Amino acid sequence: MKASKLHLLTEHTRHEIDHWLSKYPPEQKQSALLAALRETQHQNEGYLTTDLMDAVAEYLGLPPISVYEVATFYSMLETKPCGRHHVSICTNISCALMGSDAIVAHCEHKLGIKMGQSTPDGRIYLKVEEECLAACDGGPMMQVDHVYYEGLTPDKVDAILDALK
Amino acid sequence: MSHQANSHTNSPLAAGAEVLPEDLISIEVDGQRLQGRKGDMLIEVTDQAGINIPRFCYHRKLSIAANCRMCLVEVERAPKPLPACSTPISEGMRVQTRSRKALAAQRATMEFLLINHPLDCPICDQGGECELQDLAMGYGEGVGQYSETKRVVKDKDIGALIATDMTRCIHCTRCVRFGEEIAGLKELGAVGRSEHMEIGTYIAKSVTSELSGNVIDLCPVGALTAKPSRYTARPWELVQQPHLSTHDAWGSNLYLHTRGGRIMRTVPRENDAINETWLADRDRFAYTGLFTEDRLTTPMLRREGVWQATDWDTALGFVAERLQAIAQQQGGGAIGGLISPQSSLEELYLFQKLIRGLGSNHVDHRLRQVDFSADGGDPVMPWFGMDIPAFETQKVIVTVGLTVREEIPLLGHRLRQAATEHRATVHVVHPFEQALTFTAQQWPVAGETGMLDFMIALARAAGVSLPDSLGEGAAAPTMVATVLADLQRTGATTLMLGALVQQDAHFGAIRYLAAQVAKATGATLSLLPQGANAAGAWLAGAVPHRLPGGQSAVGTGDSAQSLLSQPKPAMLLFGVEPSRDTAAGAAAIESLRQAECVICATAYDTPELRALADVLLPIGSAVETAGTWVNGEGRWQPQRGVVGALGAARPGWKVLRVLGNLLDLAGFDYLDAAQVRSEVQTHCANITLSNHSDVLGAVLRPSASAEGWLRLAPVSPYSVDSVVRRAEPLHATELAARHRSCLMNPVDAAAAGFAAGDRLRVTQAGHIAVLPLVLDEGVPPGSVVVPVTAASAALPARVGRVSLSQEVA
Repeated sequence: MKASKLHLLTEHTRHEIDHWLSKYPPEQKQSALLAALRETQHQNEGYLTTDLMDAVAEYLGLPPISVYEVATFYSMLETKPCGRHHVSICTNISCALMGSDAIVAHCEHKLGIKMGQSTPDGRIYLKVEEECLAACDGGPMMQVDHVYYEGLTPDKVDAILDALK
Repeated sequence: MSHQANSHTNSPLAAGAEVLPEDLISIEVDGQRLQGRKGDMLIEVTDQAGINIPRFCYHRKLSIAANCRMCLVEVERAPKPLPACSTPISEGMRVQTRSRKALAAQRATMEFLLINHPLDCPICDQGGECELQDLAMGYGEGVGQYSETKRVVKDKDIGALIATDMTRCIHCTRCVRFGEEIAGLKELGAVGRSEHMEIGTYIAKSVTSELSGNVIDLCPVGALTAKPSRYTARPWELVQQPHLSTHDAWGSNLYLHTRGGRIMRTVPRENDAINETWLADRDRFAYTGLFTEDRLTTPMLRREGVWQATDWDTALGFVAERLQAIAQQQGGGAIGGLISPQSSLEELYLFQKLIRGLGSNHVDHRLRQVDFSADGGDPVMPWFGMDIPAFETQKVIVTVGLTVREEIPLLGHRLRQAATEHRATVHVVHPFEQALTFTAQQWPVAGETGMLDFMIALARAAGVSLPDSLGEGAAAPTMVATVLADLQRTGATTLMLGALVQQDAHFGAIRYLAAQVAKATGATLSLLPQGANAAGAWLAGAVPHRLPGGQSAVGTGDSAQSLLSQPKPAMLLFGVEPSRDTAAGAAAIESLRQAECVICATAYDTPELRALADVLLPIGSAVETAGTWVNGEGRWQPQRGVVGALGAARPGWKVLRVLGNLLDLAGFDYLDAAQVRSEVQTHCANITLSNHSDVLGAVLRPSASAEGWLRLAPVSPYSVDSVVRRAEPLHATELAARHRSCLMNPVDAAAAGFAAGDRLRVTQAGHIAVLPLVLDEGVPPGSVVVPVTAASAALPARVGRVSLSQEVA
């Protein structure tokens, strides 16, 4: 029997997980997994470590691999160290037609990093967004942390990025 | 091996449950009228009818994933082709499996599957038996439209048994579902997403399930293949021959694949009544221990202290002469025999017949048993108490001293099915807590007499009248009350005694108490025969107090334990490595050296046997002889030899036959093994099986002043017999490594100043073994678990007090 990793979860995280657990039947703790991973990612500056995922597995009574599967599947969960602000520029068809390529190029040039990389100061993580963010009427658009910004221009992008601490 | 071909045998209509006419549904497939039951999936009905629909992810023993899309068929009035594996049948449904629309869908699926599949069939172990290869022949196009680069997936190292080539994976997730649903240990998963999805463990780790090898059969492509047999043979060169697993009392059916007289690998032989389509890793990889460097290939004789190879005439002449001389001078009682419970029924029968023919009852196969005080209450043969599928439908299962995942891994699978599919209540009473794969209430019972005291308390609570001298027993009142209440429930309830009970110093008493509790509560008493053919050994009369068929022997005979501590002047050992197969452990070697003459019939030539024997007779292993194995249900499974005996070795039953004739014993003129078997069958014609015992046996409580740690000594699953002990791949697993250690509670370890990984000197009865310390919270305070393995071979192979100290490097 292995040593417990439960202590890695902060009290706040556990409290949040418990809140989500209360919404599901007791034998279906797995249902709270996505929320649990999101909260755990918050406690750790925006990304999950294997130890943290193991702790979540232990807390929810799941096999660790079931947690790894979910954490690697969803694009809002990160399993490698990255910058603390997650910037996702939509490059799907509608935004592409509206000029998202130029926005991407502008961001990459401004920050000196490529899509999928983080700034050396750990401030910004330029995510590779895999799917449409469902704001086609406002393209080109991007999501910064949990907030949508639409109708982007290079000037607007500068203002948004510069405001990130 | 593609096992799909056999998948009709358990189709819904054959499953046996009664079908009401209103539950029957008629459908039409390819113009043929078929019937199925309400809720059946289309593929189940077509499989039953022998209509072939291509598939990768569907497997009748696993849940339905419907992710490969290979089984798309055309259903009338459905706008698109539907997957046959996840489309329930409905009345009047009309299906086309080979229409233009269906074939187009299947071809398109195949084209997608082949986009990323490498063209390495010529070097792939699966080549020739690959489901993808086979179906690509039927549904693939000659030329693919895809010309971009294929993706490459890095291989994983998931342990010593399974080789991975993950680039070949088509993401059917059969292996993932197997872990989750059958093994009960989800270790593989689908990591990542879309094009980046990979099957793996995410972190570098070995898979540890004792059933892990089944994913090799389940994998429809060459992504997961058998590591020990990798790159050694092509499927079309192999001859498939039926045989059995001879390493536990389950009697799993399997095929041995041979090439040029060599066994190349093992695959399961489907039998829903025994092993379904599964094999434990021990069943699957034990073959690697059959033909090792230390096989004995010629008779050996010790002359003036020097071992010399000799011929059979000389060796058997010597044996006959010595046995006759000792029997004449000292009487038949001067001869004793020990035989491995792995031997065939024919060997067991002829062995006892030979010894009894010489006038002795000193014959035994119960090599790991230490309490023989209740022999009078022995059944004709200890047995499961039910047939194998019945384990799944028990409502309540109480196990005592059963290390289920290790003793009989597929029993563990059936208990898991009972607990998960049939919602059985399972209580596990055991000296230490185990990592189980199903939900069960675990009740640790610590101390030398933990299981005895629990059974006394349980029996008293059940109202069994017991002598006052037994005391009140000891166990938490809630534990006794809970277990008893569940045993008293209506419906099928079982009380099961495992190896640790049968190796316990109070085996007789515990069995008596269990029998009385079973009688009082209406539960079935289930005993697990200790060894692949232990049941057969009882039927064959390979015990001192019973003749074939369970008749009482005339006169007395010594048990294995006394023969090991006080051997007779002439000792015959058949398939026994005394230090490894018996409870005495290494002490047996010195003890047996005291005998005047030791005759060993053995497949292996070991320093130990050379140290104690006068003559070594090479016999073939289980696969080299015709023979019968009787499993724990009482099922007789006669087998033919799969390969010829190695070198000058001969099938054991033939050696015994010749020896019987040389000794002028009556009734040794058999033409073949079948004749021997039918003779045993005649003896067993009128037996009834019952595990009930009315003999209490001796209760000798250890002195209260017992000092040191209590060593618990389960036999490691990969140390149970001489074949698996030599199966190197099994010993390279994490499970085997864990068993080569001393397991201790972290609190105890901290108090004693030990840390994980420390090398501990373990001293038991003056014998010493040095073992690494592994921390395990399941071990009760004051106890250590030192499994019986090669690493602990210097110690007695039984429970006892040990002292521990840190070994200074």
